[in-house]
Amino acid sequence: MKARVTVTLKSGILDPQGKAIEGALKSLGVDGVASVRQGKVFDIEIAGSDKAKAEAALKDAADKLLANTVIENYRVEVLS
Amino acid sequence: MKSAILVFPGINRERDMARALKLASGHEPAMVWHAETALPRGTDLVVVPGGFSYGDYLRCGAIAARAPVMDAVRDFAAGGGLVLGVCNGFQILCEAGLLPGVLMRNARMKFICHDVHLRVERSDTPFTRGYNAGQVIRVPVAHGEGNYEADEETLKRLEGEGRVLYRYCSAEGIVDEASNINGAAQSIAGIVNERGNVLGMMPHPENHVEDIMGCTDGRGLFAGLVAHLERAA
Repeated sequence: MKARVTVTLKSGILDPQGKAIEGALKSLGVDGVASVRQGKVFDIEIAGSDKAKAEAALKDAADKLLANTVIENYRVEVLS
Repeated sequence: MKSAILVFPGINRERDMARALKLASGHEPAMVWHAETALPRGTDLVVVPGGFSYGDYLRCGAIAARAPVMDAVRDFAAGGGLVLGVCNGFQILCEAGLLPGVLMRNARMKFICHDVHLRVERSDTPFTRGYNAGQVIRVPVAHGEGNYEADEETLKRLEGEGRVLYRYCSAEGIVDEASNINGAAQSIAGIVNERGNVLGMMPHPENHVEDIMGCTDGRGLFAGLVAHLERAA
């Protein structure tokens, strides 16, 4: 099964990288960019076909390693 | 002082640290590979050195913090053993949950590599007893992610419990925005855990311990550790 874990910074956490990207987009003249926050996407292949089990494993992965829950939120999706 | 230096792939300050520890204590530290599951018998100081463990992949220190040896370090710290983390070592200790908070990208996005001044906030700890409270020391920094952040409640606790041991300041000891090189909350350069036996700091005291380095202000930290352990023995 294909799965995706998306990790984003919690609101209120300063994101200098997002700010720099935002500045670059503005200087490129990309219209209407109000703000940018940078995050991470992990595309993960899960063995087996038990969706509930896969979701539990992904959550475990996010809690143990993929996200630092002091500053980041995550979202787990089993795509197919 | 029997010290053990943890070695992870990508660490590059372990030799500087070994030299500083040998100079202060007269004993050669043990180098402990990350895949080990135990510390050498009789270890009384564990040092997590600086560098770029695992190439800073995922988040600085994140992968090293989950290495097998860290379980042994956790047990060692829980038993009251002294742990010192410098630079990447500080990031690793935060990621391992041995210290609160996180080290974010420097506020001005630049890698900073020069000398800074630190104010020693108190002298009654194993990590600062070689200095006087309020003393200003000069040591180098070299990091891209040293901007210490924690939630408001944690910061309040750190301050209230006197757990901020080192703070960025001017040469005169003034803590202000201009001297806060990386934008760290409350100019925090180094903190200890609740029990006071685990210190994490971004600057490199091990790089200012010999005359040839141009400054010996870092010596106090190591001399203090040696004095503390000798007294405890």
